[in-house]
Amino acid sequence: MAYSEKVLDHYENPRNVGAFGKEDEGVGTGMVGAPACGDVMKLQIKVGKDGVIEDAKFKTYGCGSAIASSSLVTEWVKGKTVEQALEIKNTQIAEELALPPVKIHCSILAEDAIKAAVADYKKKQG
Amino acid sequence: MLKFPIYLDYSATTPVDPRVAQAMIPWLTEHFGNPASRSHAYGWEAEKAVEDAREQVARLVNADAKEIVWTSGATESNNLAIKGAAQFYKGKGKHLITLKTEHKAVLDTFRELERQGFEATYLDVQENGLVDLSALKDAIRPDTILVSVMFVNNEIGVIQPIAEIGEICREKGIVFHVDAAQATGKVDIDLSKLKVDLMSFSAHKTYGPKGIGALYVRRKPRARLEAQMHGGGHERGLRSGTLATHQIVGMGEAFRIAREEMKTENERVRALRDRLMKGLQDIDATYINGDVEHRVPHNLNISFAYVEGESLIMAIKDVAVSSGSACTSASLEPSYVLRALGRNDELAHSSIRFTIGRFTTEEEVDYTIDLLHKKIGKLRELSPLWEMVQDGVDLDSVQWAAH
Repeated sequence: MAYSEKVLDHYENPRNVGAFGKEDEGVGTGMVGAPACGDVMKLQIKVGKDGVIEDAKFKTYGCGSAIASSSLVTEWVKGKTVEQALEIKNTQIAEELALPPVKIHCSILAEDAIKAAVADYKKKQG
Repeated sequence: MLKFPIYLDYSATTPVDPRVAQAMIPWLTEHFGNPASRSHAYGWEAEKAVEDAREQVARLVNADAKEIVWTSGATESNNLAIKGAAQFYKGKGKHLITLKTEHKAVLDTFRELERQGFEATYLDVQENGLVDLSALKDAIRPDTILVSVMFVNNEIGVIQPIAEIGEICREKGIVFHVDAAQATGKVDIDLSKLKVDLMSFSAHKTYGPKGIGALYVRRKPRARLEAQMHGGGHERGLRSGTLATHQIVGMGEAFRIAREEMKTENERVRALRDRLMKGLQDIDATYINGDVEHRVPHNLNISFAYVEGESLIMAIKDVAVSSGSACTSASLEPSYVLRALGRNDELAHSSIRFTIGRFTTEEEVDYTIDLLHKKIGKLRELSPLWEMVQDGVDLDSVQWAAH
């Protein structure tokens, strides 16, 4: 499998690896995928009082493209409002990383992870 | 100086030993005669070279040279043995037995025979990868004509109890075929004692060239086959086609070296394998696939939990190894051999087969140990599954959203 330069870069130097406390204020956690399918992504956002995402962290079990997709979205969501973050589409992720067709599901999973994290944040806000 | 990638995939193929390559060359350029040419010296000398090589192959397995038939490799030998015996003995019965963990060259040949009207039983193996002899006995029917069991498994390196299976088959008058592609030079094979009727060999797993192999066909009691390749009647009619003298000479030389050096070589290789095993078992949540005792000295098949296979292969591209995942991932073929071991308790793991060989050094093994420690650590740091396990979450209890 030939990987793009950008996938390799994110794989070799993943951005924002780590975790926030799930119960911390302003933190939304999204976990998507399943071990049996070969990918599990956990994306966390930390949202300020103004509704802007101040920080993001991820952990991913999966192939290089899955790791790169989640690493990329942690960079992209930072500085966006939660509503803006929801506008990130898998096609943008796939295009940025030049994912081959068999790896498109990685970008879909990353989009789902953002949605799940935002939903969790909103739920906690009541 | 280390050369990258470090080759630890000797069960896939081996480099041709330089002594073997040397022995082959004159038979390409100078002594190019057709061994079947009876009317001149070019043919006579080629024929002698072929017969000398046949003797070397026979000696490694304590057989008679007349019992060795040249083929293009173990796949062809397996096809010739299984189809040839099934078709010859079909008047006696139509039932065949093999293992689920056999090589595709055996399994797909069985499938083809099923399409032709034969019936096949594919036996499960035990958790250690070895055949259950009582299950084998129970599977035998009055119309069973052939049993095929590999000597050494290509993925997990376990050695099947060939002597015991031979006794069972001989007593019932069932033809017993053994795929020994992975066994030559690794385990002692004595066909004067083993009750094996047909045995497949390959040159390129034992430091010989690719494209050449052999089939042992027992003379006493005589195993009968129907030829699968028709033509000039070479190899006593069992396998027509002009003999590839240089390839045959290479296989003979490779098997001579194996016979003379296997004892010391296996000791050295085993020490390296054990060093690798010890070095990798230090890593948390790892386990060895296949029986450790009944195993060839050069094979280590090890699983790392909570690490995804493709990312692991990406991470360790400095070593050339084979991988298999017991679960399905997007691009890694799941290993039917590992699945047959019944290890479904681990939802998420990846497995690596390391196979060490004649040219592996201690430095290479130490580099590999160090690399695996670093990369497994890095991938687990990235893994939400590992985090959950560290927090005491039982992954089986989690409701995963399938996608």
